[in-house]
Amino acid sequence: MAPATLAPAEVELEEPAGADAPEHERPWIVIVWNDPINLMSYVTLVFQKLFGYSREQATKLMLQVHNEGRAVVSGGPREKAEHDVARLHAHGLWATMRQD
Amino acid sequence: MFGSRPIERTRQGEYRLRLSDAERALLRDLPSQLLAALAAVPDDPSLRRLRPSAYEDDAEAEEEYRRLTGDGLAESRRGALRTVAETADRDRLTAEELDAWLRALTDLRLVLGTRLDVTEDTYAQEIDPRDPQAYELSVFGYLSWLQEAAVEAALQD
Repeated sequence: MAPATLAPAEVELEEPAGADAPEHERPWIVIVWNDPINLMSYVTLVFQKLFGYSREQATKLMLQVHNEGRAVVSGGPREKAEHDVARLHAHGLWATMRQD
Repeated sequence: MFGSRPIERTRQGEYRLRLSDAERALLRDLPSQLLAALAAVPDDPSLRRLRPSAYEDDAEAEEEYRRLTGDGLAESRRGALRTVAETADRDRLTAEELDAWLRALTDLRLVLGTRLDVTEDTYAQEIDPRDPQAYELSVFGYLSWLQEAAVEAALQD
């Protein structure tokens, strides 16, 4: 991502449950990938706006994308994951989904 | 200085624009250029970043995703670009219009950044005026600065 100065913060993210569940019931996760164009501040704003994260939670996720190359930002049933991916795409973020 | 921000939230919850005539001309022109490119050469490689895949390795699911969301995403994109072109001469924007600016500035930066092959190092580099891409690099730098200001304004409440 494009540089900006933001302080990191601690946040607990919910682990998608049910790794042992049958194939069709296993939850999907939505991943946002790092790209060199989107601004760090903008990515944080989009996470807050789309998912209702606090500034601190959104900043932590943005930094995870920036430093580790990707972060899981939401998840759930397939329809919800697809809806979230489409909203992220509408905001220019590079998002994909996969079954956990 | 406090009063020199290009976009600033007012007490009424609107967003005040302080832009020069040249900036406003650019903000009328660039969205129109991108709208024309989207209509004329939708498969151009520089536009690919506007339509990332949802599924990494499931071509059938990906096709279905594009069928379901493609038109809606494209219309929302065109709407945001038109909003910027139509409001570039205004002194104030509504919250909804600012949201369109944020999305349109993102799309303009994604396309220009892809064409320029921007990396995270690009932001720290001085533009060499002899560089054949100097003009586009300066436009990219301007759009980045303006979007940063738009994000700051969106966060003022």
